[in-house]
Amino acid sequence: MVASSTLLDMEFGDRARAAPRMLSPGNGGRWIAIGLIGLAVAWVVYQILVNPGFQWPVVADFMLDPTVLEGVGMTIKLTILVMMIGMVIGVPIAVMNVSQSRLLKLCGGAFIWFFRGVPPLVQLVFWYNLASLFPDLMLGIPFGGPKFFSVSSTDAISSFGAAMLGLGLVEAAYMAEIVRGGLVAVDPGQVEASKALGHGPFQTLRMVILPQAMKVIIPPTGNQFIGALKFTSLASVVALGELMHSVELVYSNNFQIVPLLIVAALWYVIMVSILTVGQHFLERHYSRGFRQKTMGAGA
Amino acid sequence: MNHIESIAVPTMNIREKTLLRVDNVWKVRGSNVVLKGVDLTVREGEALCLLGPSGAGKSTLLRCMNAIEMADRGVVYVDDVPIGCREKNGHFYRLNERELSHQRAGIGMVFQNFNLFPHMSVLQNIINAPMRVRGLRKADAVEQAHALLASVGLADKANHYPRHLSGGQQQRVAIARALAMDPQIMLFDEPTSALDPHLTHEVLDVIRSLRERGMTMVIVTHEIPFARDLGGAVAVMADGFIIEEGPASTVLTKPVHERTRAFLAHAL
Repeated sequence: MVASSTLLDMEFGDRARAAPRMLSPGNGGRWIAIGLIGLAVAWVVYQILVNPGFQWPVVADFMLDPTVLEGVGMTIKLTILVMMIGMVIGVPIAVMNVSQSRLLKLCGGAFIWFFRGVPPLVQLVFWYNLASLFPDLMLGIPFGGPKFFSVSSTDAISSFGAAMLGLGLVEAAYMAEIVRGGLVAVDPGQVEASKALGHGPFQTLRMVILPQAMKVIIPPTGNQFIGALKFTSLASVVALGELMHSVELVYSNNFQIVPLLIVAALWYVIMVSILTVGQHFLERHYSRGFRQKTMGAGA
Repeated sequence: MNHIESIAVPTMNIREKTLLRVDNVWKVRGSNVVLKGVDLTVREGEALCLLGPSGAGKSTLLRCMNAIEMADRGVVYVDDVPIGCREKNGHFYRLNERELSHQRAGIGMVFQNFNLFPHMSVLQNIINAPMRVRGLRKADAVEQAHALLASVGLADKANHYPRHLSGGQQQRVAIARALAMDPQIMLFDEPTSALDPHLTHEVLDVIRSLRERGMTMVIVTHEIPFARDLGGAVAVMADGFIIEEGPASTVLTKPVHERTRAFLAHAL
């Protein structure tokens, strides 16, 4: 601002000097706001430092406790699997929903309607108790035909299986909607151009539509990933040893509830921060060709 | 002189071969009949400009030629192969998308809005289909792409992304992309309509040079002076019919049909 105004005065003299300048208005309100926010922050910091209930030494002790670390590992594993199921099922469901076929649209719509409609907590407990509905899972011809393979439901659906299915299918329903949003955002002319070049339907999807849909799909997917990470804490209700269940185990022994919840909260925040960084780089990758300043390697 | 003509005769014979035949094509959209039994032939090496007022059905006809849209009735043949369908015992059955893609690979198409792939560089835009569809080796595809880019005057733009090119440059890349598939015939859907007036000549020059090299082309255009200069055939459409066709020199200077006269008077 200063530099540009001296430049104007030097180069253009009186005529530029005569033109009115824009000054920023006084802003008393801002200082009041800064004062209030500062006060609130100071109180929180004071509490964190002084309130004995936080038990910071206990937090420090349990941050790297083997049980907690195992829980962290399980949370990561479950999150990744849930997201993988979400994408592997969600992408085809989305493609079904944008297809020309009414039958496919109906099937895709029904999937989303059901798995998005039933709360994940209900689904988790439901999958966990599948044995009461189907005592044995089998592969064969239904309605009394021969059976090729059979396994008891209680063996097949562990805590982990129930968590994976319950959360994975919910995730798939949400991912399907996100992917569908990306697919419909791609200009129909792109599909025509791809067809005209002789690409088959699958090639068109993979090479032309999906890469462009990614730009729209990635930001909410990052959001979903972070959501899935936190939703895995629901799996504690089916006694799966993820992070939340691990700290519950610990505090049911030593009754240090608040410090252990802080341990869990810190770990979740750390994992979410890592995901946020990853999301940033993914978004950058998929905005190729769309950003203002992008030039090819040889340009 | 006689000697030269006797050499020219076999070439002329090849050029008599009909490459594109539109046979009684009908297209209905909602309650609107867009094409009303269109017949049209284009011989090998011929350039045909489709003219006519907006809404006449020119683009729809062009899009039926590579089955981007399917005609409701009637058949388009390219090189005597029915496009988008298969004949069996006197009936025509639709092809699925997979089979269709093989047919489309041999028919180049250039769009009004270029439709370059924005996530790919110019080079990737051009080499992708030859590699994925034709199975060309990358080195060969790249070599061909550079040659094509040079021929449309964009040798230095291979590594740019489409959005950094002007409209005229993008359309020339789109032409190079279509040519990279070594098509039998090129379809142009209003190739200059989305361009600034001072950029249209870039694209028209490329089309003209294609004609000189003997490429068979169908061009939907509003540029009547261009159609005249190109010196090929002209077909004038109105209201779903082809109302007049013939050499550009005849149709554009001495139109027979009343509506052609009205259209030309209005357009010029």
